[in-house]
Amino acid sequence: MVRAMHWLVIALSLVAGMHSAWAADIPVKEGESIQAAVNRAAPGDVVLIHPGEYRESVYVDKDNITLRGVVVDGEWPVLEGEGKRNDAILYSGNNFTVEWLTIKHFKGNAIMGQAGNNYTIRYNRVIDTGVYGIFPQFGKNGLIEYNVLSGIEDAAIYVGMCDNVVVRHNEVFDNVAGIEIENTRHAIVENNYAHNNTAGLLVFITPGLPIKTTYDVILRNNFVVNNNTENFGAPGSIVAKVPKGIGVVIMAADEVVVEGNIISGNQTAGIVITDLAFVTDIASDPDSEPNPDRIEILDNLMFDNGADPVADVKAAMMTQFKRRGPDILANFGSAQEPDNCILNKEQYVTFGLKKWSKCERTSTADIETYLLADGAPPREIENDEDRTLRLYQGICAGCHAYNMRMIGPPTVAIQALYHNNAKGIADYIAEPHKVRPDYPPMPGQGHLSEEIRQKVAEFMLNVKK
Amino acid sequence: MEKRYSARALRRLAVALCLLWLPLPATVHAAGAEFSLKDYCPAGFQLNGEGCYLQSLYASYDSLQDSGVGGLKTGLPELRQGFSPRQIDLGRLLFFDPVLSGDHSMSCASCHDPNKGFSDGRALSVGSKGQLAKRSAPSLWNVGFLKRLFWDARASSLEEQMLGPLYDSHEMANTPEQLLTDLRASSAYRELFAQAFNGDSSIQLDQVYTAIAAFESSLISLNSRYDLYAHGYHEALNEAEIEGMNIFRSFVARCAECHTPPLFSHQQIAVIGTPEPNNRPLDPGVAAVTGDASQRGGFKVPSLRNIALTAPYMHSGRFATLREAAEFYTGGRGHAVPPGEKLSLHWHIWEPKLTGEELDRLVDFMGALTDESFMPQIPASVPSGLAPVVGVQ
Repeated sequence: MVRAMHWLVIALSLVAGMHSAWAADIPVKEGESIQAAVNRAAPGDVVLIHPGEYRESVYVDKDNITLRGVVVDGEWPVLEGEGKRNDAILYSGNNFTVEWLTIKHFKGNAIMGQAGNNYTIRYNRVIDTGVYGIFPQFGKNGLIEYNVLSGIEDAAIYVGMCDNVVVRHNEVFDNVAGIEIENTRHAIVENNYAHNNTAGLLVFITPGLPIKTTYDVILRNNFVVNNNTENFGAPGSIVAKVPKGIGVVIMAADEVVVEGNIISGNQTAGIVITDLAFVTDIASDPDSEPNPDRIEILDNLMFDNGADPVADVKAAMMTQFKRRGPDILANFGSAQEPDNCILNKEQYVTFGLKKWSKCERTSTADIETYLLADGAPPREIENDEDRTLRLYQGICAGCHAYNMRMIGPPTVAIQALYHNNAKGIADYIAEPHKVRPDYPPMPGQGHLSEEIRQKVAEFMLNVKK
Repeated sequence: MEKRYSARALRRLAVALCLLWLPLPATVHAAGAEFSLKDYCPAGFQLNGEGCYLQSLYASYDSLQDSGVGGLKTGLPELRQGFSPRQIDLGRLLFFDPVLSGDHSMSCASCHDPNKGFSDGRALSVGSKGQLAKRSAPSLWNVGFLKRLFWDARASSLEEQMLGPLYDSHEMANTPEQLLTDLRASSAYRELFAQAFNGDSSIQLDQVYTAIAAFESSLISLNSRYDLYAHGYHEALNEAEIEGMNIFRSFVARCAECHTPPLFSHQQIAVIGTPEPNNRPLDPGVAAVTGDASQRGGFKVPSLRNIALTAPYMHSGRFATLREAAEFYTGGRGHAVPPGEKLSLHWHIWEPKLTGEELDRLVDFMGALTDESFMPQIPASVPSGLAPVVGVQ
């Protein structure tokens, strides 16, 4: 009985504990600021954005924040950039979700991530937001699904320098590039509809970036149709050099599987596989491996591609006494080597695939997802001892040397003053006041928790040299 | 293995004999006392075994593919570290000692002046005989994180890099022979090298380079107000600075695409086409090293930490202020490329159409990257007996 009581107490305290940690909904109505809500939000909170127009940029530098639009009777919340604001949403926190927003007329990107892991970007409508629509960068484990994007002058969905990404069920049209996977590993692009772009799906290694590889990418079950839009990329950008009329471009990337796609009506070619020579007028990077290796083209439905190819492709096809472009084009160079493979090659119009081998596998059905079941883990959180050491050496030691005057008094002098009174130090550093006329005032450390201030204070009292 | 051991034993014997034969042991002792090397690590480092290791809150974060680039809470690239406290301190003394230059007029600190962000405040540095160097002296803050050194990235280690300024006739104009002769003539240095290198007082060139590399790697600046923001204390930046940070990382200004946190450099080569001063011919940059025409005008992307302290800016010091440097990027793609030159300009050089206010905010934000809390002590005297040299004389 006592034992049961005991459990009850524990259970109650757990519930109580959870209650305080429960996610709050923070509503934002038209006329209010989304950013103000984000600033108030604590990790776990959901910012609910009600229908209306919001003329602002929003940045999220906290973990576990959700921005969720509320759609009422067909009315959406709209972030309006008026052609003058930079990006609609910038995030750097982990476990970030953004959904149910309409985003229009920004200069830079609609949604841009810098280093947040475990991101979810879904159910958004993105129209003419400048350079990219959705652009996560330096993130691990991300899901991009059910977004509709158009009118973007570079890539509508651009996954740059990420790991473990799934891009699915999106519609991208009237952009220069539909969906681009660049310097990224372990990505699946599936069940998307890429139409009326300059090029539909692109898998690239771009040279000159700090992360150098692209490999293990699956493009499957997408519609890649009628990507014949004139290239309206910004001068100097890499996609501005992509010829119009291409369904899929694989440049320098390795281990890309193309399977189960419907690729039709792309007037230059259905699929182009090429080394880095495809993009001219770019500074070379000896650390970027330029050749596409181990590409696998499994069964796809391809027809009506190459009806009106750009001049270079037309010229190449003339060497085979054909006037129309190919379903599949392997560019001159390593793209034509036999480490690449294809199934049922004879059904397509091809160029440069003479040496390609026959693929061993017929399907990627055994690969369900590249998302991580438990998410990207935070770095093995060090114990308090490590954190204390880093705080002391990383911050305190900048001003306090052991037995030498620096910006602040020497540690020995502080030890002599406080003896065993660590709490005295912990309280003082939360709200320092000027003690010594011949020293500058100490910056407050109130942003550190009481517990960690106490630990740092104890550490300081025990510093030996 | 056996051979090496016996060589070491011989060296020890030689050291012992030298010590015995020194005519004035008291002087040596005095010199040694005056310059005894610190047996504790510099600020920010913790002794672990024999070596000093950086303690930074950034160690709590990962980076994708261990690249050391990303966003706010992103781990650092690997640091050159593990040097002993005495090696670092010996490096500090060497760094400020003009005995390292051919005519004993310059130290490393002539062009890497701690009071000027470890740069020299000049567009082009000045050598020991007044010669103009080819490029601007870069800051040494956080240099231990860099995998490639010099504006044209031609050196891949600090040891390799320092051979440039030490022996270049336009800079310190020394020779390895003279450097060794001068250092070995100093009883104080023999004593200090013995302290730093397991009792070996013979003074070898690689020991000189190790000590200077050790000191340079200890110049850490990761405690700016920006860093407090990054670690989660958002009140550390004011509104103007946060606005500037958002412009900085926006995909319109695109600063963070190359000046990527946490070091504010992604350490790649970029051709951006900045103008040369006074009609000087175009500096071919990396292309002069590699012979690759597509890299003409390419330079290593510098870190922006402590950038407010190191005017003027760019490889040739063409821009006097941060405002001018920022403004370059909104002047139009290739606007400063000399007629007839065809450069493979970086794709991020475009036409962001930043407003004047946005440029001001960018300058505000870059100012929040200033942190000199781990400033090393400038020695009052150096072991050669020469006066320490700091800054341009």
